[in-house]
Amino acid sequence: MVAPKTIIEKIWDEHVVYREEGKPDLLYIDLHLVHEVTSPQAFEGLRQKGRKVRRPDLTFATMDHNVPTVNRFVVEDEVAKNQMTALERNCREFGIPLADLNSPEQGIVHVIGPELGLTQPGKTIVCGDSHTSTHGAFGALAFGIGTSEVEHVLATQTLWQHRPKTMQVHVTGTLAPGVSAKDVILAIIGKFGVDFGTGYVLEFTGDVIRRLSMEERMTICNMSIEAGARAGLIAPDDVTFAYLRGRKYAPKGEAFEQAVERWKQLCTDEGAVYDRVIHIDGSEIAPTVTWGTTPAMSAPIDGTVPYPEQFATETEQKAVRLALQYMGLKPGTKMTDIAVQHVFIGSCTNSRLSDLREAAQIVKGKKVAPGVRALVVPGSQQVKKQAEEEGIAQIFIDAGFEWRDSGCSMCLGMNPDTVPAGEHCASTSNRNFEGRQGKGARTHLVSPAMAAAAAIYGHFVDVRTLYKETVR
Amino acid sequence: MEPFVVHKGKVAGLDRANVDTDQIIPKQFLKRIERTGFGKFLFYDWRYLPDGTPNPQFELNRPENEGATILVANENFGCGSSREHAPWALADYGFRAVIAPSFADIFYNNCLKNSLLPIKLSKEDVAYLLKQAQRSDYELTISLEQQVVFDDEGFTSAFDIDPYRKQLLLKGWDEIDLTFVYEPHIVAYEQSRS
Repeated sequence: MVAPKTIIEKIWDEHVVYREEGKPDLLYIDLHLVHEVTSPQAFEGLRQKGRKVRRPDLTFATMDHNVPTVNRFVVEDEVAKNQMTALERNCREFGIPLADLNSPEQGIVHVIGPELGLTQPGKTIVCGDSHTSTHGAFGALAFGIGTSEVEHVLATQTLWQHRPKTMQVHVTGTLAPGVSAKDVILAIIGKFGVDFGTGYVLEFTGDVIRRLSMEERMTICNMSIEAGARAGLIAPDDVTFAYLRGRKYAPKGEAFEQAVERWKQLCTDEGAVYDRVIHIDGSEIAPTVTWGTTPAMSAPIDGTVPYPEQFATETEQKAVRLALQYMGLKPGTKMTDIAVQHVFIGSCTNSRLSDLREAAQIVKGKKVAPGVRALVVPGSQQVKKQAEEEGIAQIFIDAGFEWRDSGCSMCLGMNPDTVPAGEHCASTSNRNFEGRQGKGARTHLVSPAMAAAAAIYGHFVDVRTLYKETVR
Repeated sequence: MEPFVVHKGKVAGLDRANVDTDQIIPKQFLKRIERTGFGKFLFYDWRYLPDGTPNPQFELNRPENEGATILVANENFGCGSSREHAPWALADYGFRAVIAPSFADIFYNNCLKNSLLPIKLSKEDVAYLLKQAQRSDYELTISLEQQVVFDDEGFTSAFDIDPYRKQLLLKGWDEIDLTFVYEPHIVAYEQSRS
């Protein structure tokens, strides 16, 4: 009998091209996603050595990080424009398909991969972006790489990689109404820290995970990297297969049924052993808000900003003091008393149709609070179009939100969408690092519903109370 | 890639945990399409005051850290974004090695591709080095061949590194050229799946 394996080991073993004692494995890459920021130096490297792209057919590019979300064809930043032009030129020269600003398929690379059906169970997927872990939601092994590795994959379609350790992240119980996938992953990182996943691939399991939609699963896997894990995944099931059926690049007809039969084998075998197992009870998770400058510095919405003395080590206490100073927050402040001047609904974490629906439900018939600037940036042009057709866009516009074109936008502020120094932003993105959304910007990571509620009230609100009022 | 064999140099301390790549090289400098010239933007938001003058409070701006080539920091150094601009900036600034109790995975790999040696030492050793780094004359020697870090005052500590990566660094080899040697395996793999 074959020894039982985790899904992680199954996908890994399936992709080993060459193995030798004392070396990492040479791993085959099934899908390489490319964007404008981390690729130009890689293409230049190929050019200098006269190398080709080995499998342009397994490569797909888009532009997302730099793109303006208003007047998108007018890129005023010459350096940014140069980077986008470089991507166009590189894709043309090396024969790589590109969803550029003119394409109805353009969007954040981690939104369009799944949307187009490029992302599929069992694939190895890489991209020069740490949030590549998003694609793990489909039971793919997906991880971020640096530009030298981008060049290596372009040239050889492989990477030398050490077999990762495996960790089961088991989420049991039931989520309360108003508690979302974003709260689950923020709670996990809050409990176990920003580096518990270093060296591991995470497999998310348990009742809570099984009940999540594909889009919610993507939110969870997306932030695996904020726990230090290069990849996080969820074994595929009927929810996964239903999502993929009919997508542009998914198999069609009989081939799809055959693929589903194959994909059903992608699960962790009974008796397989993980290197580590952790557990969290989903029933105990509240809507979560970050108060500091790492995604682990968070509190439940009914909690308060902590005191540095509550932390065990001197290093932690120092980090908390610096974070509170940066954030301009006093220990003991109720989370619901933190006022926001900006709201950003978007990013590869939370910019999909279901995220916008969740936020729109809170916003419907209300107005953005005075003094608050609120933005909705759909993850892709397809999401934008669907939201407009469904009437969601109008709900946001009527409430006073700005409705934008797709891109990474205010998640990292590489384009003109930034938060001014000293101002607070309720953001559905993934990183609250110093300066992430703009120099001196004070980011609070939250779910789409929590961001929407903050826009309406001008401060954080426990959305569980709103759900009791409005959702029966 | 420039080989890394032995390096002796001055040590600068950055006693912070979870230093993310957004701090190492802020996003506004990621728009360039070259690999070079990022050193002047290293730690930009910490290093400079709003008026563009050096922030005297920032560790690397202290006189005792001038000319340092070895950076010592705390846990989870290089977390966050996959931007290779982070090691490019550190190397361009003049660093040849970073020592910390732990590193984020993507950053660690990116360093190895750029002849910037990431060295994991124990928390205790790092605490000792952070203390020593407050002096202006403190130097360390790193021997990759021997996998050891030592000073002239009796401190010595061994470190682990993957033998494959070590070999590439010692020789300064181009990894893609090496992988091409395995092309028949890649072809066979592709054929077996089609």
